[in-house]
Amino acid sequence: MDYVPHSEADISSILKEMNIGDIEDLYSSVPEKIKIKSRRLERGLSEFELKALIRKKAEKNLAVTEIKSFMGGGAYEHFIPAVVDHIAMKPEFYTAYTPYQPEASQGALQVIYEYQSLICELTGMDASNASLYDGATAAAEAALMSINKDGPGDVLISAAVNPEYVEVIKTYLKGTKGRILMVPSPEGVTSVEFLKGLSAKKPVCFIFQSPNYYGCIEDVENLSEIAHSFAALSIAIVNPVSLGVLKSPGSMGADIVVGEGQPLGIPLSYGGPYLGFMAVKKKFIRKLPGRIVGRTTDKEGNPGFVLTLQTREQHIRREKANSNICSNQALMALRATVFMTYMGKEGMKTLAEANINNSHYLSKSIEKTGKAHLKFKRPFFNEFVLEFKKPANLVFDKFVNKNMFPGILLKGEMDKRILCCVTETKTKADLDGFIEIIKDL
Amino acid sequence: MEKSSGLIFEKSSRGRKAFSLPEAAMPETEIESLIPGKYLRKNLRFPEISELDIVRHFTHLASKNFNVDGNFYPLGSCTMKYNPKVNEDIASMEKFRDIHPMFPEKYVQGILSLLKEMEEMLCRITAMDAFCLYPAAGAHGEFLGMLLIRAYHERKGKIRKKIIVPDSSHGTNPSSVHMAGYEVVSIASDKNGEVDLEALESALDEEVAAFMMTNPNTLGLFESKILEIAEKVHSRGALLYYDGANLNPLLGICRPGDMGFDVVHLNLHKTFSTPHGGGGPGSGPVGVKKHLVPFLPVPVIEEKDGGLILNRQKPQSVGSIKSFFGNVGVIIKAYSYIKALGDEGLKRTGKLSVLNANYLKQKLKGSYHLPFDKTCMHEFVLSAKKQLDSGIHAVDIAKGLIDRGIHPPTVYFPMIVEEAIMIEPTETESKNTLDEFVNTMKEIAGLAAKTPEILKKAPIKMSVKRLDEVQAARVLDVCWNFEKPEDEGQEDG
Amino acid sequence: MSIPKDFKYTFSHEWIKIEDDKALIGVTDYAQDKLGDVVFVELPKVGTEIEAGHEAVVIESVKTAADVYTPLSGKITKVNTLLDKDPSFINSGPYGKGWIFEIEIRDKRELEKLIDAQVYENKISED
Repeated sequence: MDYVPHSEADISSILKEMNIGDIEDLYSSVPEKIKIKSRRLERGLSEFELKALIRKKAEKNLAVTEIKSFMGGGAYEHFIPAVVDHIAMKPEFYTAYTPYQPEASQGALQVIYEYQSLICELTGMDASNASLYDGATAAAEAALMSINKDGPGDVLISAAVNPEYVEVIKTYLKGTKGRILMVPSPEGVTSVEFLKGLSAKKPVCFIFQSPNYYGCIEDVENLSEIAHSFAALSIAIVNPVSLGVLKSPGSMGADIVVGEGQPLGIPLSYGGPYLGFMAVKKKFIRKLPGRIVGRTTDKEGNPGFVLTLQTREQHIRREKANSNICSNQALMALRATVFMTYMGKEGMKTLAEANINNSHYLSKSIEKTGKAHLKFKRPFFNEFVLEFKKPANLVFDKFVNKNMFPGILLKGEMDKRILCCVTETKTKADLDGFIEIIKDL
Repeated sequence: MEKSSGLIFEKSSRGRKAFSLPEAAMPETEIESLIPGKYLRKNLRFPEISELDIVRHFTHLASKNFNVDGNFYPLGSCTMKYNPKVNEDIASMEKFRDIHPMFPEKYVQGILSLLKEMEEMLCRITAMDAFCLYPAAGAHGEFLGMLLIRAYHERKGKIRKKIIVPDSSHGTNPSSVHMAGYEVVSIASDKNGEVDLEALESALDEEVAAFMMTNPNTLGLFESKILEIAEKVHSRGALLYYDGANLNPLLGICRPGDMGFDVVHLNLHKTFSTPHGGGGPGSGPVGVKKHLVPFLPVPVIEEKDGGLILNRQKPQSVGSIKSFFGNVGVIIKAYSYIKALGDEGLKRTGKLSVLNANYLKQKLKGSYHLPFDKTCMHEFVLSAKKQLDSGIHAVDIAKGLIDRGIHPPTVYFPMIVEEAIMIEPTETESKNTLDEFVNTMKEIAGLAAKTPEILKKAPIKMSVKRLDEVQAARVLDVCWNFEKPEDEGQEDG
Repeated sequence: MSIPKDFKYTFSHEWIKIEDDKALIGVTDYAQDKLGDVVFVELPKVGTEIEAGHEAVVIESVKTAADVYTPLSGKITKVNTLLDKDPSFINSGPYGKGWIFEIEIRDKRELEKLIDAQVYENKISED
C-alpha cells in the first residue's frame, strides 16, 4: 500500500490540465540509461500484514519488562510516567518541523524555552541549547568548542569517562588538529596527581564525568579548579537524574556541562533516539552549537518565542558555523520537559534518592556475602563495579538462568568485573533475589 | 486563538505535586548517611504542579503548533509528507521500545535482523553496496560521509585538501566539510540552475577529495548532466557525494548509485515518512560503494553461526560516531514504511511527488516570478520579485499563509534566488488541497498588489503577531529567571 | 546615503579616518543599511597585530553575519566597547558612535590602496 491520495480520475484530470500524457514524461531530464528497469523489493504489505510481520520480529527480542536487568553504562531503565507518552504522542508536536516560522510554532518554541530553563537550573548553568543527538555527541561538540578555530589543542579526557563517549570524541576530532590525552583513574576516579602533571601541555579542556562510568562521584570542584589553573575549560558530563540530589556542576566551576538526557523519560529503544543536553556559562553562549530559543515580544508587546542567535548556525554561516548540526532532538526534549515537570522539585529529589538508596542496599548486602566486593570504595550514585573471584561471564550466566542480567561485563583485569546499575525500577524483592544468586556463587 | 499560555514556572505553587514513585529498599535510611554532605545540593527550583495542570499546559501549547496532521505544510527541502500512524504503533511495541542497547546479541536477534534487512533494502533502493544506520540526522550523515572520504584518500596515500560544493547547496554541506577538516570550494550554478560543468572542471584539481551535490538540486531540478559530472570527478581521482535530502522524487525511477555516486546519505525523516518531531529526532543513514566499505563505523552487524552479531573488529573503520546503534526508534518507522510500500508504492510515491509539484508550479507561475521555468522534480522555487514593487517580501507572503492555516514554504533558500519561496507539496496531498493552496497563493498575490499594508500586518490570527527577532538577539533571554523564594535556605553552592 | 568627504574607503564598505599614524575604522552607511539591525559585534582584542585584508571583526544582524576586513596592517590600539552594550550604534551612527576599532598604521604605503569618497560613491551607485 502507499499513502498517495489520488484516484486514477484525479491523476488524469491533473495530467489533462497540464497537457501532458504521462507522469513519466516529467522525467525526461533523467538519462534513460539509469532508469530502473527491474523490481528490487518485495511487494508492499497491507497494514494488517505489516504489523503481523514486524510483531514476529519483535518476538525475537527480550524487553526489560521480561527480565530483571541491572544494566546501565550510558542507557538507564527508569520509570516513565504515562503523561510523558501521552503528550509526546500528540501529533501537534510530533508531526511539526523545526520552528522556523515562530508565529505558527509557539507551542514547540515555548516547550524548548522551558526545557532550556530546566536544564540550566538542573546543571547550574546560564544557557542551554535546544539539545543535540545524544550524550556522546554532546561531549564531542563540547570538545570542538574548546579547540580554537583550526588551531591545535590538547584535549584531556578522564579515563573514567564512558568509553563509548571517548570513541565518539576521537572520531569528531579527526577533522581538527586537536589531540587526545587520557588521564588515568586507577582508583575509580580521575587521578588528580596525574592531571596536575599535565600543566605543561597547555590543554584546551579537561573532560570528565560525574558520576563517572564506574558510578563514582568525582570531585567536580577540585577538577574544575585544576583545569582552570591550566587555562583549560572544565567540561563535565553528568547524569541528569543524579542532579536531583547532587550539587550542580555549574556551582562547582564547570564551564560546559553535557550529558545524556535519556534517563529523563525517554525509552531505551535499543540505544536511540536519545537526547544530548548541553549548557554553558554566559560567556560561551555564542560558541554553543545547535538551536537556541529566546523569549521576546511581538509588535504589540505580547511575549513570544523565536529561534535566536541563528548567525552561529550552518544555514547562515555555512562553513564558518559553530557546528554542522541542523536538527535538535525536539521530541525527546519535549519528553524530558514533561518528565522534569511531572517530577518537579520534590520528585527529582525523591527519584535520585531512591536510586541511591536501592543501589546502596544492594552493594552493602553483596559485600556482606563475601562472594564479591566493590572494586572502588568511593561515593557513588546508582552504579558500582563488582569484582568477583571467578570470570564474570560465568557469573553472568548464573544470573541469566534466574532471569536476570546482573550488569555490563567490563573488559580487562582478567574479566572479573561487572558494572551494576540499580534504579528505582527494582524492588527490595528484586534486590534480595540478586543477593541470593551471589550467595550461591 | 488564546493569547499567552504562561510559562510552566508561573503555574507552580508550593507543595503541589504530580509524581508517584515506588518505595525504596531502605525507606528509613537518610541520604546523608549514604552520600557525603559536600556533594549534596540544597535546592532545586523546579516547578511544583499537579498532573492535570501539566496536561492542560502542554495540551494548550500543542494547539499553538502547525503540524502535518492539521495543516498543509509545503516546506521546501523538508519533505513534510504524511507520517503513517501504524509506524508509530510499531515503533512503540514494548519489544522494540524497552530493549537495553547492551543486551547480549542473542537476546536482540529481532531488532538486529530488522536493522540488517533495513541496510539491505536501502542498498537496493539506492544502488549502494553497504549502509551504516548510525547517523542521527542528515548533517550527521554528511559529517560521517566526509570522514569516510578522508579515510579513503588517506588509505590511498593522501587525504587531499578540498571539497567542492555548489553555491545552491544546503548550509549543512559546507559546514560538514569544514568539520571534517576540509576546505570548501564553492562553485556557481549555470544559467539553467544546474552544475556549471566548466566551473566544476576548473575547480577540479588534485587536491579535491570529493564533489558534494544533491540531485535533484535545491532548485528542484534534476542534474541532467549527472553522468558526465560523475565521469569528470572520478577521472581526477575524486569521489562523488550525494546529499539525499531530495531523493523522494527519484524513488522507483533511478538510483544515486547508478548515477555514479560513491557515498550517499539519506534522510529517513524526509523520504521515508518518519515524523520530524518539531526538529528531530531524525535519522541519516550513509551508504557507500565497495571501495569505501572497510571504513564504515563500528560495530557492523554480521551473520555468524546462523545468528547476527555486532562485529567491532574493523581495523580500517573511522570509529564510532554516536553511542550505540543510531536512532533505532526512527529506523523502525522507516523500515515499516518501506515494507508497506514495496516497489510499486515507492515508485508511485516518487512519481506523484513530481506530478504534484509540477501542477502547483504551472498554476502559480502566472502570479509569481519563476526564475527557472523548467520541469521540476518534487519541488520548485518561486521568487517574490514581482511583489517587491509594492514593498512585499517573501516573508510577508509567508505570514499571510499562516493566517490562512497553511504552513509557509521555505523562504530565502536557496540563497542564489532573490526572495526565494521554495515549495514542496509532497505526494500525500490531494488535488483539493493543492487547488486550495493555489487559490490562497493567488489571493495573497492580489493583496500584495492592491493592499500590501494588510499583508504587512500578517499574521493577525495567531496567538502572537510578528515577533521582534532583533530584540531577541540583542537582549538575550534564553532561560527563565528562577528567583529565590524567600522562605527557602541558601541556594545551591 | 551619507559618505563623508574627509574619510577614505574600501570597496568592501569600510571607512577609514586617518589621524597621524593612527586610523579609525568602521563600516559605511551603505553597509549598515544592507545588514539591517545589527545585534552583535565581535570585536578584536586590543594589542593584536593584524595584517591588511584579514578578517578583524564580525558584525551580526538577525539573519546575516558579515566579516569586516582591516584595510591596513598594524596593531589594534582601541576598540569601541560601547558596541558590546549597544550594537545599534552601527546603524544609528556608522561614522560616529558606531566606529569599530583604531589601528596603529604600520606601513603608510597601504594608504595608497584606499579610495576616496567620490570613487566609493560611484561604486555603490553601480551596485
